[in-house]
Amino acid sequence: MQSFLEAFDIFLLEAVLNGILLGGLLALLALGLNLIFGVIDVTWICYAELVMIGMYGMYFLVQYYGLSYWVAAPAAIVLVALLGALLHWLVIEPLLSAAPINQLLATGGVLFVLQSFATVAFGIDFRNLGIRLPVLSFADMHLSYSRLLAFAAALVGMIVVYLFMTRTYTGTAIRAIAQDRQIMALMGVDTKRIYLVTSALGGALAGLAACLLVLQYDVHPFVGLSFGPITFLICVLGGLGNFVGGFVAAFLFAEIISLGGLFSDLEWGYVLAFAFFIVMMFVRPAGLLARRS
Amino acid sequence: MLELKSLDAGYGSFQALFGVDLDVKAGEAVGVIGPNGAGKTTLMRVISGLIRPTRGTIGMEGVDVVATPAHLIVGLGIAHVPENRRLFPRLTVEDNLKMGAYMPKARAKYAERLEFVFDLFPRMKERRNQMAGTLSGGEQQMCAIGRALMSDPKLLLLDEPSAGLAPVVVQQVFELVRRIRSGGLTVLIVEQNVQQVLKVVDRAYLLEAGTIRASGSAAEMLESDTVKQAYLGV
Amino acid sequence: MNARLAWPIAAVALVALPFVYRDPYHLHIFVLILIWSFAYTSWSMMGRFGLVSLGHGGFMGVGAYVTALLWNHLGVSPWIGIPIALVCAGGLALIVAYPCFRFRITGHYFALVTLALSGIVLQVITATRDYTGGSLGYTPERTKGNNILALQFEDKTVWYLIALAVWAAGLVIWYWVDRSMSRYAMEAISEDEDAAAAAGVDVTAEKLKITVISAAMTALAGALYCQYQMFISPDTVSGISVSLQMVFAVVVGGIYVALGPTVGAVITLLLAESLRIFFGTKAVGWDNLVYGVLLVLFIIFLPKGILGSLMDRLKSGGARPVAARKPA
Repeated sequence: MQSFLEAFDIFLLEAVLNGILLGGLLALLALGLNLIFGVIDVTWICYAELVMIGMYGMYFLVQYYGLSYWVAAPAAIVLVALLGALLHWLVIEPLLSAAPINQLLATGGVLFVLQSFATVAFGIDFRNLGIRLPVLSFADMHLSYSRLLAFAAALVGMIVVYLFMTRTYTGTAIRAIAQDRQIMALMGVDTKRIYLVTSALGGALAGLAACLLVLQYDVHPFVGLSFGPITFLICVLGGLGNFVGGFVAAFLFAEIISLGGLFSDLEWGYVLAFAFFIVMMFVRPAGLLARRS
Repeated sequence: MLELKSLDAGYGSFQALFGVDLDVKAGEAVGVIGPNGAGKTTLMRVISGLIRPTRGTIGMEGVDVVATPAHLIVGLGIAHVPENRRLFPRLTVEDNLKMGAYMPKARAKYAERLEFVFDLFPRMKERRNQMAGTLSGGEQQMCAIGRALMSDPKLLLLDEPSAGLAPVVVQQVFELVRRIRSGGLTVLIVEQNVQQVLKVVDRAYLLEAGTIRASGSAAEMLESDTVKQAYLGV
Repeated sequence: MNARLAWPIAAVALVALPFVYRDPYHLHIFVLILIWSFAYTSWSMMGRFGLVSLGHGGFMGVGAYVTALLWNHLGVSPWIGIPIALVCAGGLALIVAYPCFRFRITGHYFALVTLALSGIVLQVITATRDYTGGSLGYTPERTKGNNILALQFEDKTVWYLIALAVWAAGLVIWYWVDRSMSRYAMEAISEDEDAAAAAGVDVTAEKLKITVISAAMTALAGALYCQYQMFISPDTVSGISVSLQMVFAVVVGGIYVALGPTVGAVITLLLAESLRIFFGTKAVGWDNLVYGVLLVLFIIFLPKGILGSLMDRLKSGGARPVAARKPA
């Protein structure tokens, strides 16, 4: 009995730690989506598919062109950033004044396009980088280096974004535009340009997430479906456009998924997370950090 | 400095301004008075490019304002303090001021301008790290004027600076306008508080139903029967 | 021909069709169009009032899988299984929609919550692969020949008539809602929730009512699809792509017209089918790629849907030719 409890505790601790590591990644994903929503007031339903394209980018740069991971990663980030800007320029910009349902549908159409493009171009095989990072073992716990790296990089990425948003003129303009877009011209701000920059930044965050996810998961055309929904839930629970809320919600969800996955498959972790989400909507309907009125 | 000729403007099919002629000379303070819905705010918005005229011209020191993209008009030296202040409520006071200095030309002088604004409004220095939305009404007006001054403008457009403020604060705001004026800045001010505004401006226009009904020096306007009866309640 | 005669004639023609025209492939397409039309009509019941749900893929999946699972594992006839599936879908809709409506989660938030719902249903189907076959799909156990108890028929004509009846029932429900007090309540709510509430409308209850009806109808479409195709997979009856497909078809056809979703189903299914045939089985994914690009272009250039845009053109076109032709 004694030994059983000990083993249980170790597994529990391991799951908690893994949850924290996963939380960093989810927070990164939520940040990109939140940024786009908060600033442009548009939801990119195809956000996870941008990540998928980034993962393929990493796969080809590393496996096919033989680049080292550290060279390929910035290239993939730039690639997805450009894709984000392109998405805004081609699809969102013409629809800025259209009904929200049309904006949702258009990015939904892009989801189809990206998925089937990947199917056509890369096939439906599961692919991976072939990089296997060692597993860190101490005190009977196993934490993979790829998760530690992902966590650290996600944190660094978020800090960089935070500094950009608070220290630069463009970053301040991005925060300001979310609060009052009509008077931005009075400040001398070209709204269109800020939207493009924001979209590229959102894309870059998706690209960074792609570089980190590809270390842990195989890429295939439908990989976006496995983390897209959870990202949406995090954003809603944190309050769309609320960066801090998204951050907190990401870690909560990650713990639930990780602890849920302890007892059965990972998919059940998602189901638990969804159930948790429904419960939380009763408790904190306006988002995690909203004060109750 | 600023010259408006036979200006028409409106929103969609609704026309708010009909053939407005108006000019502001360098160093002057000019007021535009008139009732609610006369088109005063529309006038300000047309000058700063938030809406575009359907007819007529706007010149700023010889530059065609109508042909200038909206976000570059502030670069011509026109700074607009919009109606209801329109601060960014969830940015700090300092970030609000920073937005005022967004133009490349103004960024270079950021530290200098910030000091200027903080000298003018010491209160803003105290509250620089506070969210603008938590300021009192009078402080918000200071912040909004400060934000406009950050771009080092030649012409300041003030839209109803006294609206929604307590009478004591209204006094302070007009005192501020007087101080800004004395620094040599040209000011175009739209107000419903006719009595107060006529004390700080050199000249004034009376705008009614989108057309200029009368104009003249502040003293003339104070004496004018139309103004007296309709707005001064004498 | 006056309108009073047109309806019965159209109805008779639709019923008579499979007895006159027996090409099995075309009949198959007809059945699919009718089933999906019914599903799209179910979605538009909510969509027309501004409740943009992206969770209907989930409801459809529940309808299909619950029916099939009950039949295979417990031997429950679809005649009992389908009602149970409808109750399950309605229950799921209640669980998700109640907090949403109670706490005024609307617009983007509602779309994202429901989007996640369809994603989660897909995850559950995949996770319970021991029972549902996971992503490989699932087949209800076959009985021999036509079996009313098992709701399995070899004759496509029977299926055509069933689908036709269900589709017509969907339109009847649509009209029934259209004529009811609920319609006015829902329209008031979509205009301004606070004003509607102040006018005495029970906002949450009205929205829930329409959502549960819509979800149950969608589940019925899923169950029918399952019984007809005798094969379901998570990708074809659940998940985000099915949800998007529904919204897209309805927007193409027109949200506010009773036959809009049907027009949307005809257009999108024929488009998807001809793309599939055009590209053949070798070019996997090309049909979806073209489909997606067309979807995006369509939304950008014809935002009001085909029916809506046509009507606009007719309206302005009716006046313009007179002026345009005069000089000539």
